[in-house]
Amino acid sequence: MRLTDEEKAMLDGRDGRAVQKAMELLVKYGEALGAERLAETNNVSTTAIIGGRFMQEYAAKYGYDAVFSQFNLDSDEVVEIPRVKTNSCQLIAGFDPDHWQTQGVSRERVELNKDHEAYLGDIGVQLMSTCTPYQVGNVPVKGEICAWMESSAVVYINSVLGARTNCEGRESTGAAMLTGRIPYWGYHLDENRLGTDLIEVEWDVESMMDWGLLGYYVGEAVIDRVPVLNGIRKVPNSYRIKHFGAAAASSGGVEMYHIPGITAEARTIEEAFGKKKPQNTFKFGKAERLKAYENLNVSAKDTHVDFIMLGCPHASIEQIWEICKLLKGKRINSGTNLWIFTPRAIRQLADRNGYTKIISDAGGVLMSDTCPAIGQMLPPGTKVVATDSAKQAHYLPAIMGVQTWFGSLEDCIHAAVTGKWSGELR
Amino acid sequence: MKKIILRGRKVVGGCAEGEALVTKESISGWGGVNPMTGTIIEVRHELHGQSFKDKVLVFPGAKGSSGWSGIFQSARLAGAAPKAMIFNVMTTKMALGAVVTRAPAVTDLDQDPLEVIETGDWVKVDGDNGIVEVTKRE
Repeated sequence: MRLTDEEKAMLDGRDGRAVQKAMELLVKYGEALGAERLAETNNVSTTAIIGGRFMQEYAAKYGYDAVFSQFNLDSDEVVEIPRVKTNSCQLIAGFDPDHWQTQGVSRERVELNKDHEAYLGDIGVQLMSTCTPYQVGNVPVKGEICAWMESSAVVYINSVLGARTNCEGRESTGAAMLTGRIPYWGYHLDENRLGTDLIEVEWDVESMMDWGLLGYYVGEAVIDRVPVLNGIRKVPNSYRIKHFGAAAASSGGVEMYHIPGITAEARTIEEAFGKKKPQNTFKFGKAERLKAYENLNVSAKDTHVDFIMLGCPHASIEQIWEICKLLKGKRINSGTNLWIFTPRAIRQLADRNGYTKIISDAGGVLMSDTCPAIGQMLPPGTKVVATDSAKQAHYLPAIMGVQTWFGSLEDCIHAAVTGKWSGELR
Repeated sequence: MKKIILRGRKVVGGCAEGEALVTKESISGWGGVNPMTGTIIEVRHELHGQSFKDKVLVFPGAKGSSGWSGIFQSARLAGAAPKAMIFNVMTTKMALGAVVTRAPAVTDLDQDPLEVIETGDWVKVDGDNGIVEVTKRE
């Protein structure tokens, strides 16, 4: 890999041992990729906060610099972590500091987390604590080279906004924060952003549920290639398109897609493919929609529902209001829990709008910072979950071993109120 | 015994050998693997319930969450990582995951490893030279 003089100086230790370790990792990673050089970046979304038990024990034993060294730089040697060089933010985290008791988190962990957040704030990591930084102030500009983690955010900023990131990991974003560099590869390059597969959408996709089904189908069809959607007649709003990308990134590894006339980089089908021809053409019609629905509900059998999860990816304020309109004046079933997840900054707005109160009056809880899949937490005794998120329905059965129903927001609120699942594909 | 040699390129250097565990399905790291045991937990995956611990993992590539590398790094720290990795499709998840697993890894082979190698074959991986030696199971 070709390095600039500045990068060579970092690799030689000019800026200290941590930056040197970061550069060493970037070189190994870049060479593994087959990248020719590094790119400059000033926008990093990362996971730096201490996660599960394994890391908590590691932190207690060796300290925060050791956690960053091992888990964010892949360095066995403990190096002193300096202030980060880039605009950097923390993605979704393990629990909500305001609802830790409800989430079954120990006081010890809450204290550790508070202390660790202070450490991260001090080195310059913004504690956004959401899978959707683009909803709360980190909105990359078209063409901006970024180093982001979180598959649902990566696909959003690449496709909807036209920013340029690959799906980075904990260690590469750690190294990027300290150096302002990331391997120049993949979706940084024009030619890799062009469409590869054509999806002929023959179903009239409009609802949030349909956007999730379409995304889940597309991800399974194209895996990690670049789908181009033809036949979308109605412009989706931000939460529908957020749901689509998250679903496609869960069933497959979609990091970039085009909806000509709607997403950032293609006005027409021709522009989406450039000089390339589609490698494959897939059809999304009635049968494909049904198959996606069945696949998402493959784990679910019991209609008695214990827990309703909404807000994956983290809910927008518009989604919270839609939930409130359905919930207002109702009371959720005594044996059922309803948790709704949103970024902390949006919860403050929800508090101010009176939405948090509508939800709590109905017996639900508006939470921030985390989600059940990331936090690996469910209300005690949960066996059957219902959600309006294709991504959460994909992951919860695997991670938590629970049955999970996927359906519309209306189906989920109905289940919350009655304790019974009666959703179906309409 | 029948031996087959595949040539490709280094992703991570070093040499290792072991029994092959082969899948034609991409692997999800976070939410698809239990890093403490190396077991595939993705519900509809063909390797569901099987562990790659100490195996030579042969697969198309990585998919799913950006937590992929973190899960494979944890698997290494927990002693549940594969001995080596052979894969077809290069992605950032895959490259970074291979680097932090610190096990020999190769890609871009001259024959499709998913066609040549079967679960149970004995496989030697020379990461530095990008060479894979397959001894077919009798």
